[in-house]
Amino acid sequence: MAGSRALAVRGLSVSFGDVRAVSSVDLDVAEGSVTAVLGPSGCGKSTLLRAIAGLERPSAGTISYDGRDLARTPTHRRGFALMFQDGQLFPHSDVAANVAYPLRLRRRNAADVKVRVAELLELVGLAGFGKRMPQTLSGGERQRVALARSLAVEPRLLLLDEPLSALDRGLRERLAGDLHDILRQAGTTTLLVTHDHDEAFTIADRMVVMRAGEAVQAGDLGEVWQHPADAWAARFLGYADVLDGPPALALRAVVDPDATWTQIALRRSALVVDPGGPLAATIISARVTPEQVRVELDVEGLGIRSGVADPAYSTRAGDLVRVAVRADRLAALPGAQK
Amino acid sequence: MRRNLGVATLAAIPLAVIGVFFLYPVGGMVARGFWPDGSLDVHGVLEVLGRSRVHRVLWFTVWTAGTATLLAVGAGLPVAFVLHRLRFGGSAAVRTLMVLPFVLPTVVVGVAFGQLLRPTGPLGGLGLEGTPAAIIAGLVFFNIGVVVRTVGAFWEGIDRRTEEAAATLGASPFRVFRTVTLPALVPAVVSSASVVFLFCATSFGVVLTLGGLRYSNIETEIYLLTTQELDLQAAAALSILQLVMITVLLVLSHRTRRTPAIAQAVRRARRPGFRDTGLLLWTAVVTAFLLVPLVTLALASLRDGGRWSLSNYRALQTTGTDNALLVTATSGLLRSLEIAIQAASFALVLGSVVAWLVSRRPAAGWRRRLSAGFDGVFMLPLGVSAVTLGFGFLITLDHPPVDLRTSSLLIPIAQAMVALPLVVRTVAPVLSAVDPRLREAAASLGAGPVRVLLAVDLPHAWRGLLAATGFAFAVSLGEFGATSFLARDDSPTLPVVIFQLLSHPGPANFGMAMAASVVLAAATGTVMLLVDRLRVGSVGAF
Repeated sequence: MAGSRALAVRGLSVSFGDVRAVSSVDLDVAEGSVTAVLGPSGCGKSTLLRAIAGLERPSAGTISYDGRDLARTPTHRRGFALMFQDGQLFPHSDVAANVAYPLRLRRRNAADVKVRVAELLELVGLAGFGKRMPQTLSGGERQRVALARSLAVEPRLLLLDEPLSALDRGLRERLAGDLHDILRQAGTTTLLVTHDHDEAFTIADRMVVMRAGEAVQAGDLGEVWQHPADAWAARFLGYADVLDGPPALALRAVVDPDATWTQIALRRSALVVDPGGPLAATIISARVTPEQVRVELDVEGLGIRSGVADPAYSTRAGDLVRVAVRADRLAALPGAQK
Repeated sequence: MRRNLGVATLAAIPLAVIGVFFLYPVGGMVARGFWPDGSLDVHGVLEVLGRSRVHRVLWFTVWTAGTATLLAVGAGLPVAFVLHRLRFGGSAAVRTLMVLPFVLPTVVVGVAFGQLLRPTGPLGGLGLEGTPAAIIAGLVFFNIGVVVRTVGAFWEGIDRRTEEAAATLGASPFRVFRTVTLPALVPAVVSSASVVFLFCATSFGVVLTLGGLRYSNIETEIYLLTTQELDLQAAAALSILQLVMITVLLVLSHRTRRTPAIAQAVRRARRPGFRDTGLLLWTAVVTAFLLVPLVTLALASLRDGGRWSLSNYRALQTTGTDNALLVTATSGLLRSLEIAIQAASFALVLGSVVAWLVSRRPAAGWRRRLSAGFDGVFMLPLGVSAVTLGFGFLITLDHPPVDLRTSSLLIPIAQAMVALPLVVRTVAPVLSAVDPRLREAAASLGAGPVRVLLAVDLPHAWRGLLAATGFAFAVSLGEFGATSFLARDDSPTLPVVIFQLLSHPGPANFGMAMAASVVLAAATGTVMLLVDRLRVGSVGAF
């Protein structure tokens, strides 16, 4: 990645009483990059974000920006902007006033504010919405307004807390794409937390996987994607299956006999019904989806696994078939973990 | 249709009760003024309203109540923040202290302030005895807790993340307060201010004990006109004036009032930091303001002829010097407890029916307006002069169709009317917080209306019901305005006993009044302490 490390978090811990929500986390966000913290709910990712925003007091560790320690800088002087899951628009102000809020705080003159607000609403695709009240907007529109408000003063770091989770699926996918473009267009350094790996992949270019308060893996998207740190991370990143022990060795013998790994993660599409494939299998069940046929296979040496088939083949329960393995849908895992 | 009929039947019961025991007596009192000799005399009423003494009384009522309201709100807001958004050792105890003055018998508060401000008292040097300032201080003492509880409960419910969003956008704490928090608090502030104004404008005991004969508000004026000057027409005219004023206020406060959602989630209040020092100090000042009169009272009760002694307490088993009382003070206490149990049970049954009805507020249309009107009717006792109520009881319920003159239930019923709005205001928010989908889920699983009530509402609301009962009990223990009319000399309640002791000369009677006041304050205080343990946010919030 180009650019210097803008945000640097070192050994950060946050405790609530006896509960350690965040535990010795290291994290870097390069200037201009978009980093996603991915983890299941309750893993401490939101607390991490709040600590960076200055809303929670760390029990240990440091947070610095451009090499300057932020321990003594209160939230409102950090020059960051935090956007919540449900936007948290000010209910008593209209859309324009909400977006203008941070500009007014900085005493920009009224004419400039007006121009900038129009510009921002344009950027998020809500031109002409200025006079609407937050209650009259849909969930997606509210999130866009919240984004415009967060971007208004060009924060040196934008913090997004599950920005799309409150939206329904179709809207979420569309908005994720928009968010990707808007952030690139504005060139905003961004840290986003989410539990949804699709969201992280769409919006971010770097990723940190978090579990039980700890960062278990960090890297560029492709890197994390292709080399999950362990079985848990692989499953969380959307791998359908993790093989261990004899089945893993049986698969290794087929795809790469020289390799040394003992544990491997499979995407659903890793096993394909293919007359020329090296493995024998029995179809247990088959389910047609618009794109492909999803099958449950009893694969020789591997046990019962998920796979796919081309709708062109006849696939009925009980059929004996051959199965091919697509190496680009596999991820070898380092070390054997439970 | 059948459902509507069921709800209407249920609504009819409390309406009938409030009709007979509130509207009828108050109406009877008003009618006395308009029909003094059997024929309508509007002119006489208008003549009363033109009297310069009435103007003076009205102006005094408005300006003292207004000033007291402003002071209570100004002093209470920072305390609401400290007690509901910060967490520190002793904050729970201070929260309980805040609600204590509200249930203290007005007579006790009057006595405590009088004790504090009399020339030889601890603050005698201020020369405030018998001044409007003393009355205003008494009113603020009484109502500061209302502001703290109302605004505090609402403040707790405000989503903190809106403020945090503003802070991350660059707003300093003060800016956050001014641009985000304050606008969100407006409904609670307006609502508490209007209720406090209502209480101040209809305050009886405080003004009577501290104002003496020099200062009167509408309430004490009604009392003086009915009991001393026997000018029922003038009293009725003032009652009407008061009713109009109160109705306007209730409508206004209803417009802005939003029931604070009582969230079930545990919220993390933060620990106070250095920048909260000023607010903490202010809270300490307010706490002292609430404690000092009580401590003064307690000390006075332990003094006997310049010595420390428990003799005043021992004297409670007597009828006082020169037989100031017909019965002993302790029998007054027992009578008070008995009445309070009856009044609280009555208010609880009636109040929970009303609360249940108003908590399922229809979304819109005529039903919503009907429901709001229904709610409003049961708030009326909050503002209608207890004196008017008491006197109305006396003149309307002593002959058929309703003859309760000799019934021992007369006082409990009157006190239940006074406590009713408080029960409704405590229970309704708790019931409103029940997610209606829970009831729908239970119903869809085959539970009938009664089963739904038992399975969903009751487990959710029992704390609220218990707290409301305790609250009503405490209020009833201290009720003075209506009771002073209805209590017979041979079976007085403790507040009446205190007032009788105070109106008889002699240091022994005075010391005995102090001791009785401490006992009464301790009783109501203990009840409120228990109520507060239930942690129902709507107690004492409006």
